[in-house]
Amino acid sequence: MSLLEVKDLQVRVDEREILHGLSLTVNAGEVHAIMGPNGSGKSTLSHVIAGKPGYEVTGGEILFKGEDLLEMSPDERAVKGVFLAFQYPVEIPGVTTINFLRTALNAQRKARGEAEFLVPDFLKKMRSVAGSLNIPMDMLKRGVNVGFSGGEKKRNEILQMALFEPSLCILDEMDSGLDIDALRVAADGVNALRSPERAMVVITHYQRLLNYIVPDVVHVMSKGRVVKSGGKELALELEASGYAQFEDAA
Amino acid sequence: MAAVQETVDRVRRIDVDQYRYGFETLIESDKAPKGLSEDTVRFISAKKNEPAWMLEWRLEAYRRWLTMTEPKWARVNYPKIDYQDLYYYSAPKAKKTVSSLDEIDPEILKTYEKLGIPLREVEVLEGVVRPPEGEEGSGQRKIAVDAVFDSVSVATTFQKELKKAGVIFMPISEAIREHPELVKKYLGSVVPTSDNYFATLNSAVFSDGSFVYVPPGVRCPMELSTYFRINERNTGQFERTLIIADKGAYVSYLEGCTAPQRDENQLHAAVVELVTLDDAEIKYSTVQNWYPGNSEGVGGIYNFVTKRGDCRGNNSKISWTQVETGSAITWKYPSCILRGDNSRGEFYSVAISNGHQQVDSGTKMIHLGKNTTSRIISKGIAAGVSQNTYRGLVTAHRKATGARNFTACDSLLIGDKCGAHTVPYVEAKNSSALFEHEATTSKISEDVLFYCVQRGLTQEEAVGLVVNGFVKDVLQQLPMEFAVEAQKLISISLEGSVG
Repeated sequence: MSLLEVKDLQVRVDEREILHGLSLTVNAGEVHAIMGPNGSGKSTLSHVIAGKPGYEVTGGEILFKGEDLLEMSPDERAVKGVFLAFQYPVEIPGVTTINFLRTALNAQRKARGEAEFLVPDFLKKMRSVAGSLNIPMDMLKRGVNVGFSGGEKKRNEILQMALFEPSLCILDEMDSGLDIDALRVAADGVNALRSPERAMVVITHYQRLLNYIVPDVVHVMSKGRVVKSGGKELALELEASGYAQFEDAA
Repeated sequence: MAAVQETVDRVRRIDVDQYRYGFETLIESDKAPKGLSEDTVRFISAKKNEPAWMLEWRLEAYRRWLTMTEPKWARVNYPKIDYQDLYYYSAPKAKKTVSSLDEIDPEILKTYEKLGIPLREVEVLEGVVRPPEGEEGSGQRKIAVDAVFDSVSVATTFQKELKKAGVIFMPISEAIREHPELVKKYLGSVVPTSDNYFATLNSAVFSDGSFVYVPPGVRCPMELSTYFRINERNTGQFERTLIIADKGAYVSYLEGCTAPQRDENQLHAAVVELVTLDDAEIKYSTVQNWYPGNSEGVGGIYNFVTKRGDCRGNNSKISWTQVETGSAITWKYPSCILRGDNSRGEFYSVAISNGHQQVDSGTKMIHLGKNTTSRIISKGIAAGVSQNTYRGLVTAHRKATGARNFTACDSLLIGDKCGAHTVPYVEAKNSSALFEHEATTSKISEDVLFYCVQRGLTQEEAVGLVVNGFVKDVLQQLPMEFAVEAQKLISISLEGSVG
């Protein structure tokens, strides 16, 4: 059984169809890259998998560990192990990052019927994870993402990924707004989370990110469909020849 | 963030029509006849065994009230109040002064128990841990409770310890008899009997309230708190509180209220007066959770309150902190008169409106002395079909050179049927005054909620988290005992506002 199966997915936003029958299969342990030009539907796909309101699924299905994902509320999906690293993480003033992380982690654990973390155990776990990502405790005492630099925001996303230990990680344009050093730190964090039980879907415009997070499979999206899939060399090919060649195929 | 989790759990169990504190206590009452006349005023005064000067004071207020008209400028709507259709006095029957809680009607104690504010806990606290002499803040903190049940104070605790410190803390009705010189000197000196319609009404018919006097140089050894509760059907509640911090004194006073569910609207017109002399400080905190009416907007308390502090002495300070979640209508502007040089006024407010609630609240900072400073942090949260208005006045007198004010008014909207309004008045009559005003209005963003639910929080948990973050600056000002309670109230009062 595949971890994630997207079958013939059709999605509308405000009466306009964005995805026209998209299919994608991701197995545990794999890293998939989804590339494509602006407006090809990459972010829509990530939002629909995570359950963001505002999208109307008019056809097809999404199975996660064999279960119908579209029947679940967004928080249920998170509890089941779907994690979306946001392109633009939001700011939540007045709520310290530490409190946010603990509240969220315990909400997930409670929903799964697991014991909630007590403060000392949580802090211990968080310190070790934050340390490995080079995140100072000071940053965690600030409001969630408030006044964070682009790199800090992305590291905070990866920190959450590491803490929540989801089985599916979707990284939406993780490289946007990052300089090369910040990108490397973020990519190292992601690579450390690769495991045989976990799959990742990396959404990006540019091949550059894939030098750091090397994918097993590369998909090219155009106009709401996957138009070509291949190995990591497909990304290099795209870098050389651009997306134009796929526009007609779509 | 265990507290947030807990509040969210509580929110789920409660809905607007199951107002948790909506129960009545069956106790015989001693009521004045319905309606308002000179006779009513005389009845109340006689019930309280008041001296003649007090009766005169009340009658004068009553006569003035007859010449006044109800103010209409606030952004609130309500049916006309028939002042002849209300009771102006009711008291639990038959109990004389008590020396211990055992002598108090068990029904009353039960009521407090349901509210989760057992007086017994105070006794236990008293008996168990006692900080060493002269060491403040160590060990357990203590709270003295002057419980106001309907109109009469039924229990006063901690009297002895306060007495040792020289602090006078008693029902104002007793203070009128026992400390007439203090009451005469200060009562009505901040909020005069002619001040406004509701304050004048209060002056005529006030039933009871708290009186606090902290002598020079004394730091009150404990937090003082009063719990108000309206219990008698159709009885207006007219609290009168007077707190004086003499030179160099300090006192922190907490007030919290809840009321039982009922259909008739209940009028509440309290007056609170604070006076600080040179170098003195008063910190006054309120958590207000009166019945807001049901989901159709029926019932609920009308809360027309006049609260004002007078920084009469130099270098004195008055700080108001309020968390307002209840009442059908709130009309309330805790204010500071910054008379003494270098005096300071503060106003921290969280005002929440849900369902059909209407809130018109804010503050006045009146700078009269030199180098006076004030700070206003107001957080308004509107949900349901409620209307939430901040109305504030900051003014500097001609002689108030170097006056400074900072104001930040933030409004948060939940849903698309509510309204938030900010009405700031700013007047500077001298060129050296420096006033800053910041205001923001935001909707609780879909993106923020989605971010939270993507991390595993339910929609309601997400709202609770975001709102508690929004009001954090104000909650931090509350004494510990109230901060947790306030956080719970905030989440409870926003129940059902999303989804």
